[in-house]
Amino acid sequence: MENKQHIEFSADALALAKKLMGRYPEGKHKSAIIPILHIAQSEFGGWLSPQGMDYVAKIMDLQPIEVYEVASFYSMFNLQPVGKCVIEVCRTGPCWLMGAEDIVNHIESKLNIKVGETTSDGMFTLKTVECLAACGGAPMMQVAEKYHEDLTFAKVDTILNDYQNNTKTPISHWSKDKIKP
Amino acid sequence: MGKKLLTEHFGVQGIQQLQVYKQHGGYASLEKALKKTPDEIVNEVMTSGLRGRGGAGFPTGRKWSFIDKKSGKPRYLVCNADESEPGTFKDRYLMEVNPHLLIEGMIISSFALGAHLSYIYIRGELLYVYHILEKAIAEAYEAGYLGKNILGTGYDLELYCHPGGGAYICGEETALIESLEGKRGNPRIKPPFPAISGLYNNPTVVNNVESIATVPAIIAMGGEEYAKIGIGHSKGTKLISACGHIKKPGIYEIELGLPVEEFIYSDEYCGGIRGGRKLKAVVAGGSSVPILPAELILKTEKGEPRLMSYESLSDGGFTSGTMLGSGGFIVMDETTSIVKNLFNFTRFYHHESCGQCSPCREGTAWMEKILHRILHGHGTLKDVDLLWTLQKNIDGKTICPLGDAAAWPVASAIRHFRSEFEDFVQHPEKHLDVKHYFNQIEKKELA
Amino acid sequence: MPKVTIDGKTIEVPQGTTILQAARMIGAEVTPPAMCYYTSLKTSGGYCRTCIVKVSKMSEANPNPIPKPVASCRTNVEEGMEVLNYTSPEIVEARKGVVEFLLANHPLDCPICDQAGECHLQDLSYDHGSDDTRYEFERRKFKKIDLGPFIQLHMTRCILCYRCVKVADQLTDERVHGVLNRGEVSEISTYITKAIENDFSGNMIDVCPVGALTDKTFRFKSRVWFTNPVSAHRDCKKCCGKVTLWYKGDEVLRVTGRKDKWGEVEEFICNECRFEKKQTLDWEIEGPTAIDRHSVISANHYEKIVEPSLFKLNDIKPFED
Repeated sequence: MENKQHIEFSADALALAKKLMGRYPEGKHKSAIIPILHIAQSEFGGWLSPQGMDYVAKIMDLQPIEVYEVASFYSMFNLQPVGKCVIEVCRTGPCWLMGAEDIVNHIESKLNIKVGETTSDGMFTLKTVECLAACGGAPMMQVAEKYHEDLTFAKVDTILNDYQNNTKTPISHWSKDKIKP
Repeated sequence: MGKKLLTEHFGVQGIQQLQVYKQHGGYASLEKALKKTPDEIVNEVMTSGLRGRGGAGFPTGRKWSFIDKKSGKPRYLVCNADESEPGTFKDRYLMEVNPHLLIEGMIISSFALGAHLSYIYIRGELLYVYHILEKAIAEAYEAGYLGKNILGTGYDLELYCHPGGGAYICGEETALIESLEGKRGNPRIKPPFPAISGLYNNPTVVNNVESIATVPAIIAMGGEEYAKIGIGHSKGTKLISACGHIKKPGIYEIELGLPVEEFIYSDEYCGGIRGGRKLKAVVAGGSSVPILPAELILKTEKGEPRLMSYESLSDGGFTSGTMLGSGGFIVMDETTSIVKNLFNFTRFYHHESCGQCSPCREGTAWMEKILHRILHGHGTLKDVDLLWTLQKNIDGKTICPLGDAAAWPVASAIRHFRSEFEDFVQHPEKHLDVKHYFNQIEKKELA
Repeated sequence: MPKVTIDGKTIEVPQGTTILQAARMIGAEVTPPAMCYYTSLKTSGGYCRTCIVKVSKMSEANPNPIPKPVASCRTNVEEGMEVLNYTSPEIVEARKGVVEFLLANHPLDCPICDQAGECHLQDLSYDHGSDDTRYEFERRKFKKIDLGPFIQLHMTRCILCYRCVKVADQLTDERVHGVLNRGEVSEISTYITKAIENDFSGNMIDVCPVGALTDKTFRFKSRVWFTNPVSAHRDCKKCCGKVTLWYKGDEVLRVTGRKDKWGEVEEFICNECRFEKKQTLDWEIEGPTAIDRHSVISANHYEKIVEPSLFKLNDIKPFED
């Protein structure tokens, strides 16, 4: 977990943020706050610290409280440090019917953590989330931007091993390679 | 085989690319539409009888006709791609597979409304689809379908995609507008309606992805032709997201009016119940609509076959009917515990309540706690009655329909399956086989 | 000017008047309670749902009823509108439900709460609630948040009326507090502890309908019904300078804005008047403030309101009944 964050956007991220702010009418650039928070989360190691949010407030010329209000409302923004990979298992209706609880149980015992916790090596954080609009592929989970559907225990094992072996830096919903102006 | 208007080209390799989309007749409707007047397009959509595909089923053409043109303020079209109703996944599929269909629909609809700036508000979890749309929009700009002087007609349109941050409530149109303005997704108090005062307090129309994606087909075939498909006031085709205990979950484009029984059991659609089990109940239009037991979903109370249409599904009102809603068709077999399922749904609404008005903020949490107690073997018969009064105290008392959406599943589950609730509280040992997660909403604490 | 009938009483009101305002013009007997609406705060209202009424006839032009109850504070009257409030058993029952929701997580710590005696939630539950609660779960708790030297935020008591946020938005130039999180765990907070430093921030205390925001300079000094409210004014450069002084003996324990019969301040006052002018010499005394007999504060109040010109400070005598 990176607790010491470098609180500044990369040149590409800053340019992208500026571009996004330009998509709304004059004086309405506050509209871009959610996309820019996604970018911030990607830039700042998968979560938003108060300093990170203050930085967003600064580049958007907003009061910090306006950023806190928004970031704390939407479930995708992590206000606490997270592991490099955040596993988000859908727990709602159709996924539940198809065994989402068993999937959560399986991941909990495999990683030896409970929902909401992070593995001691800082690799995985396990979250349960509400319906991700993939009910036809239930049970399912999301890791960063990717949807993994029709899960079985074996499939979950393969997916987690894959992330374990191939994740060097934190991955986020807005993937790093899509941060281009 | 019914008509396929939206999914016709879904199997085509590379249909995400503008070139391929064009080879299959794409953007022909746009060229046709730009030769008409905006009012002609509105009339065409009105004639088609298209109803909003997001859940409420309000006639799209009529919604368009309400937009304030007199004030001279800028008008906006916002596409509601915040698909989050449990059981519904059609819009994600549509945008992912055929993004240009939505973009073509957006351009035609914006032209009809006289909008020069339009947004597609897509739920944040679908950022990968956001990037697909971004790419497709860039292609459309390059081809001259977007930007200044589109196809030499003098019509200008800027179209952008905008991701959300994870909140079911943003599917409610005024919450979506607030969110698009960069605020918390708190629904607004209506009136004023968005058609008068919406995004940035200007006249705004918010339409579901599927509704907008249907517009090119209506232009291509003509509103009158489109209206010949379907039954009664349920015109055209509809995407149904089929999920739960069926053999073939997935997206099916049906002609409205298809018998429910055929939809569930025929091999063309759901293929019947998995493992040859018996059907117990269906939630026909996304988690918010009333759950119906097998006998009432297959046949109406009068004994007529139930059809997949707005009217037939709501036949019998809330006493013995339900709603087509968003078309999220959740099928439950005989092994399903209605009590546990209700707990799951109620937890969802508790988690997604914005917290602005008291009945929803307090009521959804309270109902979840009672169901949790029941689930853990500490319920009483009084709890069942309490649930009933609480849902009544929420229903219709809130700012937005989320309160109703949280109340209806509770009401219908108790109405149709009361004995199961009573058995659960009287003999909990029979039901305590599965571990249930009770996740309090994670409160975001200061780091 | 549209005519509206509320519980059988008709009144003509200016265009753009809300049902709640029209009801207040008719009188208390038809007026629904309002916990979040505040006349002088724009866009307030609509959240608490206590003021819901039934519109049995939309207007002369459209005589249909509105199917669901509406928030009377945010619904404008129309010509020929007919509204049922206390005459609709359905509304009385629905309001009881709303009060139950508002109280579900309230700590009911009135015995140690400074607001007791002038708390709108107390009044609301006496007038419109049930005797009993059916809520059997642990109540929500929040940590107390320090908002600087003058204001104490006790979020556990908050009913999320949003009034204080609107005060900060509309009366001050830099809002540092707001509503964080969502749903059941929504809270008023600054997120990072910050003092609210603004000349008008103290008005947040006056608009708070419950004991969530209280005056630190008055905390635990006295129950409000042991103090005597006196109207006074001073020449203030920042605000109107019209206040109510709350005396115990010769001592001014606190200063507030002047409230009307609906509990709303008539004019907002500045922090200097509120927190720093606590000597009788700072003020021109006008006379005892009229307090509704209904209020517990009047228990310790005057036998009768004296003409301001005849008023002397040592005339104040406890009310004897």
